[in-house]
Amino acid sequence: MHATLFYLFAALALMSGLLVAFNPFSRNPVTRAMFLVLAMIALSGLFVLLHAYFLAAIQVLVYAGAVMVLFLFVIMLMDLRESERRRVGAFAAVLGLAAVSGLGALLFGALRQAPAGTEAAVGSTRDLGRLLFTQHLFPFEIVSVLLLVAMVGVIMLSQREAE
Amino acid sequence: MGDVFPQLAAISPDDAHGARYLLLAVMGVVAVGFAVAPLLLSALVAPRKPSEIKQSPFECGLESKGDAWVQFRVQYYLYALAFVIFDVEVVFIYPWAAAFTNLSTGALVAMGVFVLLLAEGLAYLWIKGVLSWK
Amino acid sequence: MIDWINNAIAGLSAQEQFALFGLLKILVAVFAIVLPLVAYSVVAERRISAWIQDRVGPNRVGIPFTNVRVWGLGQPLADGVKVLLKEDFTPAHVRTAYFWLAPMVAMVPALLTLAVIPFGSVLGAQPMVMADLNVGILYTFGITSLSVYGIVLAGYASNSKYPLLGGIRASAQMISYEIAMGLSVIPVFLLVGDLNLGQVIAYQAGGAWLVFKQPLAFAIFLIAAFAETNRLPFDMAESESELVGGYHTEYSSMKFALFFLGEYAAMVAVSAMMVVLFFGGWTLPVAGLNQPATSLGVGVLQIAVFLAKVIVLMAVFIWVRWMLPRFRYDQLMQLGWKRLVPLALANIVATAAVLFWQSTKS
Repeated sequence: MHATLFYLFAALALMSGLLVAFNPFSRNPVTRAMFLVLAMIALSGLFVLLHAYFLAAIQVLVYAGAVMVLFLFVIMLMDLRESERRRVGAFAAVLGLAAVSGLGALLFGALRQAPAGTEAAVGSTRDLGRLLFTQHLFPFEIVSVLLLVAMVGVIMLSQREAE
Repeated sequence: MGDVFPQLAAISPDDAHGARYLLLAVMGVVAVGFAVAPLLLSALVAPRKPSEIKQSPFECGLESKGDAWVQFRVQYYLYALAFVIFDVEVVFIYPWAAAFTNLSTGALVAMGVFVLLLAEGLAYLWIKGVLSWK
Repeated sequence: MIDWINNAIAGLSAQEQFALFGLLKILVAVFAIVLPLVAYSVVAERRISAWIQDRVGPNRVGIPFTNVRVWGLGQPLADGVKVLLKEDFTPAHVRTAYFWLAPMVAMVPALLTLAVIPFGSVLGAQPMVMADLNVGILYTFGITSLSVYGIVLAGYASNSKYPLLGGIRASAQMISYEIAMGLSVIPVFLLVGDLNLGQVIAYQAGGAWLVFKQPLAFAIFLIAAFAETNRLPFDMAESESELVGGYHTEYSSMKFALFFLGEYAAMVAVSAMMVVLFFGGWTLPVAGLNQPATSLGVGVLQIAVFLAKVIVLMAVFIWVRWMLPRFRYDQLMQLGWKRLVPLALANIVATAAVLFWQSTKS
């Protein structure tokens, strides 16, 4: 049962991920965004299978429910017909390839370091909160600064748009 | 809380937790069926008499001109950005709230700094007029 | 008969019992509780609005093929048949796939949020909740955040000016109030110390309801709930004097009905959330109803108590709709970001400070 569900969610995530990048049927950016939402939800299913319930909930709340809504807004802000026609430029292709290979190297490194067959992480949201505020206090505070920087970024953007 | 409801604690052991998500998936299937079935039924029984007038976009009696697609004002987009930032903030506060009763003074101060920085961010957005609808 | 059922159940393994009762609970809750609740809240809306405006309202339809009228309670059936038999035309200019997808996406999240709501204590040995998750509240907010898509997609798919404006307005409104809503309930979980909704009820069974301990949190949550469900005074999505029908202007027949019912289902879901978070869920501090049921009768009574509380809150939703005028869009955004969010943050800080002070004192 567990294995079946894993393959189901993994296939769903991979398929919709592929359809985001290379959709043979449609060049509509909204369609791509919606497949990305589907991929996020499939990932959240995978987190549930790992017993990472908090992460699963966050995956839906933040990625599917917030970040993707922002993506949709951005898509609507652009001229849609224009972006449907647009081709990938050489610069964008090189940059994209570099990002993909960087991420791939990181993933490969992490997989090599991870001990085989780790037990599923059993822990509640409360344990997570405790860890976050004891062992990982410093990264947590960095996150708060990062969020502040993001807000300043919002203002920079808005003022450039206003001009 | 287990002492208030010993019965509840007894019937919901933690090892069955994963199975509850399976019920959630079943609920998802039922919910989708609940939404799809009436649409299919209506597609089967509803009459179909298309005409040119019916198929035109709804406007106030005028012929509509051009595509509906217009560029939106940037304000909507800024609210969406602020929303993502605050959503992440909310997500960080929840585990803190759940663990609050067992946390040290240091954790309280840490969250105080976190909330203060975000309140500062909110104030900054406010002063710069991002939050006002113009 | 009862013996036979008992024997049949005893013959099943624990896993089989879990699956059987889980499925039963889902089917009964969706089709025997939520569906009638949604259908009759539409009738209630029409009757209460008629009463407020000194009209009669739908009072004719009774039992089909008879002359029995029962105060117009047959209305949902007539409405359902009417909606089903109306022409469901898809305008030529729409993006067809999204045009079909949007009403479904509008309906599903409202039903899914109900899965974690404890709607009773126990019946026999079965806890009366479809899926008792430890991350209860986060799950609810996660699913609620998906309901924006139904409206955005409806606006986008219609490819027509009014729906597009209505859709984008509504989605900006919903995401703004989602923050206020998420922040407003954090003091509740500071007090309870667990994100599980069953524990929130257990906490309230041991003392006062949280609406009395956290009135500010409740006020913010209630206001945000009106905005999240796109109800007056915050129904910018429809705002019929400006946008005809908002995001569902181009919809007809069953697709329109799904948007319409989705709104009421979202009202049921958010009312149920408020009952659990602030009004003690299925508990009642009289006659031992604060404890989980030990007999079937008490179990059923507690479900009735829960439903009664939900119905009262639904009535508040309907009452407010017909009493208050609509906000302007700038006022709406101002209220959300400049009043509710800072208030909710202050409430969190104040609650945490008081709790901390109490813990150092003892």
